[in-house]
Amino acid sequence: MSDVNAPSAPASAAGSNHWHSAAHQKRLRRRYAADRRLRFLGLGAIGLAIGLLGILIASLVYTGYLAFAQTRVELEFHIDPALVKADDVRGGNFRSITRQALLMNFPEVTNRRQQTQLAKLLSPGAEWIVRDRVVANPDLIGRTFKMLVPVADPYDQLNKGILPRDVPESQRRLDDQAIGWFDSLDQRGLVHTTFASELFVNADSRFPEMAGLAGAIAGSFLTLLVCLVLSFPLGIAAAVYLEEFAPKNRLTALIEVNINNLAAVPSIVFGLLGLAVFLGFFGLPRSAPLVGGMVLSLMTLPTIIIATRATLKSVPPSIREAALGIGASKHQVILHHVLPLAMPGILTGTIIGLAQALGETAPLLLIGMNAFIPSIESIGLLEPATALPTQIYSWADSPERGFVARTSAAILVLLGFLIAMNAVAIYLRQKFERTWS
Amino acid sequence: MNQQVRTAELSIAAQAAAQKQAGMGGAKVRARDVNVFYGDKQALKNVSVDIPARAVTAFIGPSGCGKSTFLRCMNRMNDTISGARVSGQITIDDEDIYDPRLDVVQLRARVGMVFQKPNPFPKSIYENVAYGPRIHGLASSRADLDEIVMSSLEKAGLLKEVQDRLHESGTGLSGGQQQRLCIARAIAVSPEVILMDEPCSALDPIATAKIEELIDELRENYCIIIVTHSMQQAARVSQRTAFFHLGELIEEGDTDEIFTNPRNRRTQDYITGRYG
Repeated sequence: MSDVNAPSAPASAAGSNHWHSAAHQKRLRRRYAADRRLRFLGLGAIGLAIGLLGILIASLVYTGYLAFAQTRVELEFHIDPALVKADDVRGGNFRSITRQALLMNFPEVTNRRQQTQLAKLLSPGAEWIVRDRVVANPDLIGRTFKMLVPVADPYDQLNKGILPRDVPESQRRLDDQAIGWFDSLDQRGLVHTTFASELFVNADSRFPEMAGLAGAIAGSFLTLLVCLVLSFPLGIAAAVYLEEFAPKNRLTALIEVNINNLAAVPSIVFGLLGLAVFLGFFGLPRSAPLVGGMVLSLMTLPTIIIATRATLKSVPPSIREAALGIGASKHQVILHHVLPLAMPGILTGTIIGLAQALGETAPLLLIGMNAFIPSIESIGLLEPATALPTQIYSWADSPERGFVARTSAAILVLLGFLIAMNAVAIYLRQKFERTWS
Repeated sequence: MNQQVRTAELSIAAQAAAQKQAGMGGAKVRARDVNVFYGDKQALKNVSVDIPARAVTAFIGPSGCGKSTFLRCMNRMNDTISGARVSGQITIDDEDIYDPRLDVVQLRARVGMVFQKPNPFPKSIYENVAYGPRIHGLASSRADLDEIVMSSLEKAGLLKEVQDRLHESGTGLSGGQQQRLCIARAIAVSPEVILMDEPCSALDPIATAKIEELIDELRENYCIIIVTHSMQQAARVSQRTAFFHLGELIEEGDTDEIFTNPRNRRTQDYITGRYG
């Protein structure tokens, strides 16, 4: 406005002429153009961000969606009482049973070496699946039943079209004979592609088709639980003290600056601290979710403290005055009025802090929370464990082809958890946000 | 020299006032040489005044003159401001409220306060009024508490309007109703003194008229001190008026006299609208 008026010293003399002059029209057009440019600049930036995010998600889905499906063959298993004893079902020779079930479909393969080759069509986990079924249902001993069992990773890749058929045999992981066996099963309608429940039910495995996230999810859950239990009360207590009780002096200013700095410290530094203090000095067990949670709460605390202080500050002073004015003591003002009003903000801050902690990898690697956990039965606060991000790290490092898709799928699962947590934070904020006049 | 003359004037005025106050139930609050500092800045200078028990006393003066500061001395709300320091003596019923042995929380229950902007808690209407009695243990049973809430709302002239929505949010009421809710909340703990800090400045004229009517009724039972920017309001609702300027108490006396026959030049200038 001022620059419109600036050259108009004689404007009063020029009167309305000034506002209709050609120079003014030009200025007006330039102003509109500048407004539009600014708008498009912003739109462009947002478009770019959304586009890049889209590319990321699309590439993850593209490589990862195949991991949600698993190729299986339908075989007929005969549980020979000679191989499986009723009093020791678990110790039965299921390898032989599984092998027999497959070989039955190929009576023409009689050569022992070829039979061994053929048996590699099934996942090494197939015999355990059969075993678990019989353990759960011992009546099956002596009977014959049909069941789907997963194929080994190269055949899974073949079925999904990732393993090319048109390259020379010498450069392929499966020779012509192996492909022939698989195609023959396929022609007989015994090959099925079903949902890969292993991904969620199983713990880690050396075989990609048997590897799952259950151990990592359980480990992450325990770690976050410890982190929440430690950082939520500590964070709120610290924030309430700093905001409501602490005198404003150099010491509290120093503490405040350092809390803000802590929020910016690289996470690997917290990992080193945890390694030196929790493992080195206090001698807590390695790889344990307890220690993981403690390290992550070092990272979450500043986030929670800063978020809590911000919301405490935003509670209108009129509410404090109202409570003080009718003779509420300090703790009554805080507990009855200020904290309930600040709770949505505190919860939002906490959930966002936990979501950050969920994705944190470096500190967990340093305290060894990338253990190989083949069974979810061993999960415990003090037992070695792994977490979702460290599981992704381990899988990304694995040479087997099947782990590429598994890694992308695990990233999608992790992102799913993060989105869910943020959605909960938004929901809580919307639901409990109160308005005051 | 000037200072001495004024002090002498004041003490004569105070004596004269004391005689008149007999009809208003004698002095409830006495302030002697009250000084308030915010850091290095002196916000209130040697204020001495007697406030009658059964009357409305109005504090008037231009913005920043210290009237709200003085009001907040009487329930020690200034304690909550860091860097605020109060010297001098304020007594309520001859009890020094700055005595270190005195419990501030109890003092604030005895000296209620209504703020400039209506500030109900974001809770139900019932909970707003019940909160004070509850934390001070004034009700021994649920029925007792109901009784206190109802009679407080009745006294604040709000009961008829909110009777059938006691459990709806207090922030959903209109501005004037919210302010009367705040008055109900203040009287629910049976205070002896009610401080009102520009209680109508955020309200429309109709709501203002209702509050003023209410103040006039409450005068029977409470010692009321009201800070106001509106001279008309001071003239309408108060029996006593004190004029503050630049942290000093310039003149204090019966409202009729202050408005018709001010002794001090500055008082006259202010009430005739020459400044402020």
